[in-house]
Amino acid sequence: MSVAIRASGIRKVFGDCVANRNASLEVATGEIHAVVGENGAGKSTLMRMIAGMYAPDAGTLEVNGRDVTGWSTREAIAAGVGMVHQHFMLVPTLTVAENLVLGQEPRAGLQFDRAGAEAAVRALCERTGLKVDPARRVADLTVGELQRVEILKVLFRGAKILILDEPTAVLSPPEVTELWKVLRALVAQGGTVVLITHKLDEVIEVSQRITVMRAGETVGQTDTAGATPASIARMMVGREVRLAGDDHAEPPTANPQTADGRRQTEAKTADGRRQMAGTASEARPIANAGTGSAALSVRALTVASSRRPNEVDNLSFEVRPGEIFGIAGVEGNGQTELIEAIAGLRPAVSGSVQLGGTDITGWTVRQRADAGLSHIPEDRHRRGLVLEYSIADDLILGLQHRFSRGLALVRDRIGRNADERITQFDVRPASATTPARALSGGNQQKVVIARELRGREFSVLLAVQPTRGVDVGAIEFIHDQLRAARNAGKAILLVSADLVEVLALSDRVGVMYGGRLVVTLPRAEASASVLGPWMTGAMTGGSHGGH
Amino acid sequence: MAATEATVPPRDPWYQRLMEPLLPPLTALLIAAVVGDLLILSFGQSPREVFRLLVEGTWANAYGFGQVLYKATTLACTGLAVALGIRAGMFNIGAEGQLALGGFAAAMVGLGLPAGTPAALAVLLCLLAAGAGGSLAAAVPGALKARFGASEVIVTIMMNFIVAALLNWLVATKVSVAESLHTPEIHAGAVPRLAEVIPAFHGSAANFTILVAIALAIAVWWYLFRTRAGYELRAVGLQPDAAEYGGIDVGRTWWRTLLLSGALAGLGGVNYVLGYKQYYEEGFAAGAGYLGIAVALVGRNHPGGVLVASLLFATLSQGALAVNALVPKQMVDVLTAVVIIAVATAVPEVQRMLRAVRGRLA
Repeated sequence: MSVAIRASGIRKVFGDCVANRNASLEVATGEIHAVVGENGAGKSTLMRMIAGMYAPDAGTLEVNGRDVTGWSTREAIAAGVGMVHQHFMLVPTLTVAENLVLGQEPRAGLQFDRAGAEAAVRALCERTGLKVDPARRVADLTVGELQRVEILKVLFRGAKILILDEPTAVLSPPEVTELWKVLRALVAQGGTVVLITHKLDEVIEVSQRITVMRAGETVGQTDTAGATPASIARMMVGREVRLAGDDHAEPPTANPQTADGRRQTEAKTADGRRQMAGTASEARPIANAGTGSAALSVRALTVASSRRPNEVDNLSFEVRPGEIFGIAGVEGNGQTELIEAIAGLRPAVSGSVQLGGTDITGWTVRQRADAGLSHIPEDRHRRGLVLEYSIADDLILGLQHRFSRGLALVRDRIGRNADERITQFDVRPASATTPARALSGGNQQKVVIARELRGREFSVLLAVQPTRGVDVGAIEFIHDQLRAARNAGKAILLVSADLVEVLALSDRVGVMYGGRLVVTLPRAEASASVLGPWMTGAMTGGSHGGH
Repeated sequence: MAATEATVPPRDPWYQRLMEPLLPPLTALLIAAVVGDLLILSFGQSPREVFRLLVEGTWANAYGFGQVLYKATTLACTGLAVALGIRAGMFNIGAEGQLALGGFAAAMVGLGLPAGTPAALAVLLCLLAAGAGGSLAAAVPGALKARFGASEVIVTIMMNFIVAALLNWLVATKVSVAESLHTPEIHAGAVPRLAEVIPAFHGSAANFTILVAIALAIAVWWYLFRTRAGYELRAVGLQPDAAEYGGIDVGRTWWRTLLLSGALAGLGGVNYVLGYKQYYEEGFAAGAGYLGIAVALVGRNHPGGVLVASLLFATLSQGALAVNALVPKQMVDVLTAVVIIAVATAVPEVQRMLRAVRGRLA
């Protein structure tokens, strides 16, 4: 077995934070090697050192038997090591071909040889099976296509060893399958793939060997054959973990109505207008819902974005008390705009939002929150937390008017509130004065959730990507909190790009595609294989199209 | 930030807590001093001699020190104005115009008051007018920013020119004393000179407006770190998206902050108009508004830091006159620029190094 990458005794420190201590990795040429670990386990840091982005503080790196410790990205690329990052780094106004040749543009005389560039890219697409039209503008591509372009970009620079950092985070199930096919083909052609992921089923499906990291350290390596998600998770966390996916076996028994749940797909009326499952016009009562009248109802809501006037397109649904309604879908299909419109962060073009029967469409964020709308936002770094604020101060964000007397903030109440929440939600470090920036992803999210679940009396909770970038242990905790809120009679609208999460938590599942709810199903009838085609637009309630 | 000030984690001893905010600006000053030495040497003079003159002309005698205090008073006001804006994520470059309009408004009210108005009341009304005048100059950029998202940087700069031209016209055509560029003298009231209490300050322009500036610094500190409005203001400055999520009206916060910022700068006008000359004169602001940006920067946008930085820049400004015999006084302008550049570049670098050292110790 020839070794493509060998890292041993790697240590890397950033300021106060030890990202890697005694990390090691051995990847054989021609394998797909998965690197798994909780968030903050140091996977990305190790990979970036292999790709030449940082130099290790201690330890050695070898590529193809050569000591390359502390090399530069330029040297890494020259040696055929390329990294596909979690976040896309493409110029949206340029075409696919232009993005790929950027920095080494072919020329015809003084001019840019566009035809030559496109031909070269087309040839690469053919060879790898990564299908993208090189003449299209990157801004017009779907997320799945963008991912392909990122991989093409690395391959175009001659990479033989490909490092992919969480490549499936933004893909729908069929796109993931497609990606696996491409990676297997690359390996068949003599390439080597290192895959960073935290989705354990993916690891089992595609990799040959697995390296597990915990707290900056490599804690083990195992052959994939014989490993199970549970055994890998145990290595990652160092203890037994209940996985979200385990709930597949047990139907959501919390709601006895589930049994008579029938499939409700979007129906098309004669004049082509869409009629959504779960709207008031639906004569049949919603199966598998909570009890009582709707806590949240969205009626014919249209919301604009900077890209298009109908990012959310005439959407209707209801969420009842004691129910989790999960919206699945590939990101960028209007989920963000939908949630922002419900929360009051973005105006509705038309339609209405009702909270417990009261029309709140024109209300401000604070009015809605005070009326009982809690919101775990999609991006805690951008919206959910002021990162420079202390935990205590972040625990009153959106509640600050309840912690003031006259003009002044009541600091001892803020402190008591912080101590209480930190204990309830086991936030670590348990110091109210620590800035939120210094916390791990899971603890940051605990701060947000503590505030939104305990900070105010609420009837409706918007939970968007509640466990994104959160370690396995905290995922378990957060899911328990959401279930407990549901069982306490709260209406929860869950939006997640993670289908496993949606299926694990929801009583009803809908899929958003192109700004519409294209299908709504009771949990018992939903599964990845049923929802997948809806998520890609392969099924859109009759009009087959997509891309 | 507020909380770290309120409840200090017990593990850090006091000198470590002070190191974080103090070491970076002190390093910057050291760099500036070295560059200053080299400049002085290039003029063929002894740095020791020049710095001796600089100290003698400022802190070492009562008159010089009084002048430093006088200049620092104005700079503290404009520095606080800029710092408050930056805390809300805005770069108020309009302190120059706000200061000028504040001074003019104070003069107009002072001139307009009927004879027999109690002096204390007159001063109070002039202070209110100065604040209102500054707010007025800031209201235009504030409204445009809050309503249309117009860049406050551009609009405040433009307002400086508009205010200057407007006041120029008003003074030249309506209210000036013949053959001069200033208004008639105000008799309604004056802010007493410090010399009336401490005779040593005799001859210097230092006056009790300095107490106003100190009070303003305390008020700004309280507002920023102890009130709900300050909590919201800082959230808007750090992360407008998070502020919006927290139910804070970002546009209104910007608007309110620019008005307050303008008022702070405008109040600085009283220092000249009621504390020194008893009239408004064309061009009295003389760059104090722009220098307020440097004061805020060096003072790390903290009211206490602003007070210290205003003393520093006032010292340099007054010292320039004292060293004129040996080196051109413009050299001090260069030194001021070096301080600003050193602070802007050295501070983040030193902070990074401090953090790295701590990381290694941990």
